[in-house]
Amino acid sequence: MNLLKLTLKSMLNRLGTTLLTVAVIAISVVLLLGVEKVRTEARASFANTISGTDLIVGARSGGVQLLLYSVFRIGNATNNITWDSYQEVAAHPNVAWTVPISLGDSHQGFRVVGTSEAYFEHYRYGRERSLSFAVGTPFEVVYDVVLGADVAAELEYTLGEEIVIAHGTGEVSLLDHSDKPFTVVGILNKTGTPVDRSLHVPLEGIEAIHIDWSGGVPIPSRQLSAEETLTRDLTPGAITAFLVGVKSKPGIFRLQRDINDYRREPLLAVLPGVALQELWGLMGVAERALLIVSGFVVLSGLVGMLSSILSSLNERRREMAILRSVGARPWHIFALLTGEALIFTLIGCLLGLGILYGALFLFRPWVEQTYGLFLSITPPSRYDLTLLALILGAGFVMGLVPAYRAYRNSLADGMTVRV
Amino acid sequence: MLKTPSTPFEKVNQTPPQATVARLEGVRFRWKPKGPLVLDIEKLEVHRGEKVFIKGPSGSGKSTLLSLIAGVVVPEAGQVQLGEIDVTKLSGARRDALRADFVGFIFQMFNLIPYLSVLENVTLPLAFSKEREAKVKAQGETAGEAKRLLGRLGLSPDLQARSVTDLSIGQQQRVAAARALLGGPPLLIADEPTSALDFDTREAFIKLLFEECERADMTLLFVSHDGTLERLFDRSLDLKTLNRAATL
Repeated sequence: MNLLKLTLKSMLNRLGTTLLTVAVIAISVVLLLGVEKVRTEARASFANTISGTDLIVGARSGGVQLLLYSVFRIGNATNNITWDSYQEVAAHPNVAWTVPISLGDSHQGFRVVGTSEAYFEHYRYGRERSLSFAVGTPFEVVYDVVLGADVAAELEYTLGEEIVIAHGTGEVSLLDHSDKPFTVVGILNKTGTPVDRSLHVPLEGIEAIHIDWSGGVPIPSRQLSAEETLTRDLTPGAITAFLVGVKSKPGIFRLQRDINDYRREPLLAVLPGVALQELWGLMGVAERALLIVSGFVVLSGLVGMLSSILSSLNERRREMAILRSVGARPWHIFALLTGEALIFTLIGCLLGLGILYGALFLFRPWVEQTYGLFLSITPPSRYDLTLLALILGAGFVMGLVPAYRAYRNSLADGMTVRV
Repeated sequence: MLKTPSTPFEKVNQTPPQATVARLEGVRFRWKPKGPLVLDIEKLEVHRGEKVFIKGPSGSGKSTLLSLIAGVVVPEAGQVQLGEIDVTKLSGARRDALRADFVGFIFQMFNLIPYLSVLENVTLPLAFSKEREAKVKAQGETAGEAKRLLGRLGLSPDLQARSVTDLSIGQQQRVAAARALLGGPPLLIADEPTSALDFDTREAFIKLLFEECERADMTLLFVSHDGTLERLFDRSLDLKTLNRAATL
């Protein structure tokens, strides 16, 4: 029988409180590491979502908002920009290319993006990586659709499938464009960006499905079949936003100013990097607050452990006296209790890690679908390990308190505890 | 693993039959520096192989006396000797080590650790005393010796397998006795071990203790307020007269 075995047996003897104490610590560890995980992954995924684009242009609102809806497909645009304005900016001498983006429709909860072939050519993510096709080709005709990797995987679509686009961006839509189905012509490779969760159709397609609509509802008297629609002029009246690549980098700010000063319509041009920085700034406060809160949760978990050990001390006074009588030294008693605190914290940390990875594994698809956040499952980072070490250290320090008390008790009680 | 500082007690076990096992001389003790004098004993000697009864009502300093003999506390004046060793001159850790090797304890009640099995309770002292462990090992296997002791003290294998909390008080006291006897420490201190037992079981229990003490050549120091037991012992001391600071 050694001390460790004695400690473990004693803890098992109080299984109920032991489990609760461990659970509290584990939950606090999950929270702390979970917050940290989401924070780093959010940063990484945001930073990797767009590159190679010099300016994002949309209706005048906030830079962060424009970035969020145009690139991250989070939230909605406050307003559209007219086709004419788009054409005018696109004709600016310093503009090398533009990618129009038209949002507002969806398919089974996935956003539909109206765009042009330029999207597949110029959109970059990560480190200047361009989109590539797993199968198929870019869209060519009005009723073609190109799927992001996740859309194809989750809905199990293959080339040639006919799909119907729903009006609006909700998961459940009461109105759809079932009269004008689209045919899958291409499926993109996985990028780890919101592109994976988007369906891409030509701008003309967006225009076509809304041609017989007005004010967000179909007008019965003006119904046009898919074929009839093709005979009409399908130049869109407006788009949501567009991405701009410039010819000369030093001219970016000039171009940005020109767009922002555009007289005919209130436009906003932002540098993606600057908007991202702004986003960090906003998130930084929340991140810090979350980290502080989860720090306190860990602290309260440890204080919970402290109080459970302390409250067990009185009923264990007799136990300590017996141990002393059979020859345990005071330091044995001290080690018994600090050991207990350490074991509590260690098991709590391990269980917390287990729960965290289990939860990551279970909820990853859901988080990705709901928040567009891809959580990679990687071993704990150095920072995570530092946090865990800190928790263990704190647990040990907490353990010193009851250990010292038991030590004092055992010196004072000696052989003769009066229970 | 536990380490026990080695202590030179081999000497003790080889001393002639009339050697003292415990000896107090001119001992004065108070719990707080300016508190009342609790114990004031001119001389107390317990010889090897003796079965000594110490009678004392509560308040006579019984517990304090035992703490002193066990080296849990040290007196402000005087000498406390275990075997040949003056306990008062040892450091706290050495006193603990000495106690582990030299003394087996039986308390009034609540002797056992509830989360350990009967056998684990009995063998617990061996974790803290290399010397007692070595003695047991010399006689054979540890579990076997523990079971033998338990059997001799009247605990059937069926009872030995039970959880200690399922045992009656009398049975628990037998387990405690087996623990105190295992590895044959030279001195067995029993602090009112029978006060929770009824009269008949009381005598039977004491006789068993005697038998085992004789077998293992152990000295018994038995403390109780119950004078009806004193006739069973070799010698009886009254703490009221022994302790000049007794308040009763």
